[in-house]
Amino acid sequence: MTKQNINVALIGNPNTGKTSVFNQLTGLNQQVGNYPGITVEKKVGFCKLAHNINANVIDLPGTYSLNASSADESVVIELLLNKNDKLFPDVIVVVSEVENLKRNLLLFTQIKDLEIPTILVINMIDRMKLKGISLDIPFLEEHLKTKIVLVSSRKNIGIEELKTAITTYKTITTEACLNASSIDDDYFNTLRKTFPNQSLYKLWLVITQDVNFADLNRKTLENESFTKSKSELKKLQQKETIKRYQFINDTLKTGLNIDSSIATDFRSKLDRILTHKVWGYLIFFVILFGIFQSIFEWSKIPMDFIDSSFASLSTAASENMPPGAFTNLIAQGIIPGIGGILMFIPQITFLFLFISILEESGYMSRVVFLMDKIMRRFGLSGKSVVPLISGTACAIPAIMATRNIENWKERLITILVTPLTTCSARLPVYAIIIGLVIPDKYLLGILNLQGLTLMLLYLIGFGMAILSAYILNKVLQLNCKTFFVVEMPNYKLPMFKNVMITVVEKTKAFVFGAGKIILAISVVLWFLASNGPSKDFRNAETIITSKTENATLSKVEIENKIAAYKLEKSYIGLMGKTIEPAISPLGYDWKIGVAIISSFAAREVFVGTLATIYSVGGSDNDNTIRNRMKEEINPETDQKIFNFASGISLLLFYAFAMQCISTLAVTKKETNSWKWPLGQLVFMSSFAYIVALIAYQLLK
Amino acid sequence: MKTTIANLRKGEKAIIKDFDADIIPLKLLEMGCLPGNTVQLLQIAPFGDPLYLNVNGSHLAIRIETAREIEVDCITK
Repeated sequence: MTKQNINVALIGNPNTGKTSVFNQLTGLNQQVGNYPGITVEKKVGFCKLAHNINANVIDLPGTYSLNASSADESVVIELLLNKNDKLFPDVIVVVSEVENLKRNLLLFTQIKDLEIPTILVINMIDRMKLKGISLDIPFLEEHLKTKIVLVSSRKNIGIEELKTAITTYKTITTEACLNASSIDDDYFNTLRKTFPNQSLYKLWLVITQDVNFADLNRKTLENESFTKSKSELKKLQQKETIKRYQFINDTLKTGLNIDSSIATDFRSKLDRILTHKVWGYLIFFVILFGIFQSIFEWSKIPMDFIDSSFASLSTAASENMPPGAFTNLIAQGIIPGIGGILMFIPQITFLFLFISILEESGYMSRVVFLMDKIMRRFGLSGKSVVPLISGTACAIPAIMATRNIENWKERLITILVTPLTTCSARLPVYAIIIGLVIPDKYLLGILNLQGLTLMLLYLIGFGMAILSAYILNKVLQLNCKTFFVVEMPNYKLPMFKNVMITVVEKTKAFVFGAGKIILAISVVLWFLASNGPSKDFRNAETIITSKTENATLSKVEIENKIAAYKLEKSYIGLMGKTIEPAISPLGYDWKIGVAIISSFAAREVFVGTLATIYSVGGSDNDNTIRNRMKEEINPETDQKIFNFASGISLLLFYAFAMQCISTLAVTKKETNSWKWPLGQLVFMSSFAYIVALIAYQLLK
Repeated sequence: MKTTIANLRKGEKAIIKDFDADIIPLKLLEMGCLPGNTVQLLQIAPFGDPLYLNVNGSHLAIRIETAREIEVDCITK
């Protein structure tokens, strides 16, 4: 018996629980990638429908209609109209939600016009009783010309029925459920005659928007007399929308019944508190504060555990393996490098955990509503809050999240300032420096000083982002029509499975994405640190032992001196020494210089670099990296290298400097110009240098 | 003077009248903001802007300058 593979596309409005349905169908069998050439996330999962039928399930970006207004939405229509695409769906599953059925059906009626078998999922049926909603399914199926599956992805109801419906997709009619072309019969009749082989709705989509399809060139359409003015087209689109809503309203009059006396008023009560002019802001602030305190407090124990485990692993490796270059590479290059990455998994996990809970619960939209007016004073939109908050995880998805900001100027400013918010890559740097220079004490018995410093750094990041936005708003001369629509979804208890899948996926992306760079750089660094160009490097042993002042030292001390001398004369030492004059006014030595150079590719490399450098150059008694850094002494001033002044200076440098190639790349992609990423690089980095310089000079 | 969504009081309901399709974004229409549909003002954000509406069963927020463009007839109780 032959195995059959079918493509299933999941499509729906945002906030309908489409991704939960996807997660229920596919579990962890998911692949996340990007659509070629653009940064829209592409999620494909696998699902076994029957013993001989497997499905590739594609989770398309959420969209309100097929009239694309962003790159995310273009992806949807481009896939749905390109029959040659490898993932072109055999069957489409439109996910709708029982409480917003009316609006959700608009997209459904458009999809039906594409003549692809379509199943309608009505999700969140567990809320029907609570809201007093009843549905006449046979009536709806007849008028919408589809198969309807009632699902509660939260309670895991209806998923098996959905699988059966998908398996028997060939029985579903591809007939449209209303005749939208009646809005302008003459126009559409000529169109139909000229292109008899094309679907009418597809032609209409190509005419009204900027999409290209492999088998249908825009140009052939433009040459004919189908061009109408923009305003005429928009009028027609409006007519089309009204027509569709008329049909939906008529259908739902019989098919849907809401007994409003049953509906509870939980939503409006919660709205009143969460968007209150005092309580609203207070709650928002308390939530943010709670998140940052817990990131530092809760992850302390697992972090210490990982740090010391890798230190003992490194020691064990060097003791148990035959001595030589290979052992050194493993024990001093690779193991500390990997440890440097894995140590930050706890903090990054917590961060993504909180962000995905805030988004899933529907709270984020209330924050957008609450903050819009304030943000506009700084040239931003209420919707900039989401990028600025998710920027605390990573600037790359945050910059992509600006796509739903309708106003180009507000969007550009958001893109430019988002990298100033404290991303998770800064967290490792902050964590290690705070651990070194800020005492682990409590203020008023409950506020941890280290946690407080971390929170302060986050606030400085936000503050700088807002301030830069204000200046950019004054400087940039762009005239844009402003417009703003945000959906206020109902409150939901976040689903454990959805949150966990997001957290696992993002953490994995961090570990493997950043991990690869860090590991490669660690190995290169180790090589550069254990080799040197000059005779001094090779003769380090004889040079040190022959010095008379060293004659009285113990064997261990001599060995340390040799190691330190070797490091100084190695390639990396020479590089660090070269830039030392530029960074010593900031309070840094050449070792930190090397770490700064290497972290221009990605910030988190800083810690890995220091880990490698300190493993190469240190003794074995004090084996954790943190302890070694703590003991490091500047030979010129006889002070600790990581003291309060240099620590603060470093923290500020990392707060402002633009050290992330991926962010620059994504800025280039989203703004379609090199001007903006280069501006970010130059302004942020020079500002960082100046601030760090001032801070050190004042504090030392 | 014409009445728009911006003139509504908190909790007040109204019917959307005709409006200029060139000014109102298509996305708003697609979310149910169409002539003949009911609209209710649910919440006003601190500082008086944006407005939180229930339009044809959809909950959404728009800025006051967009609200000023949408003419309505109040439903008198």
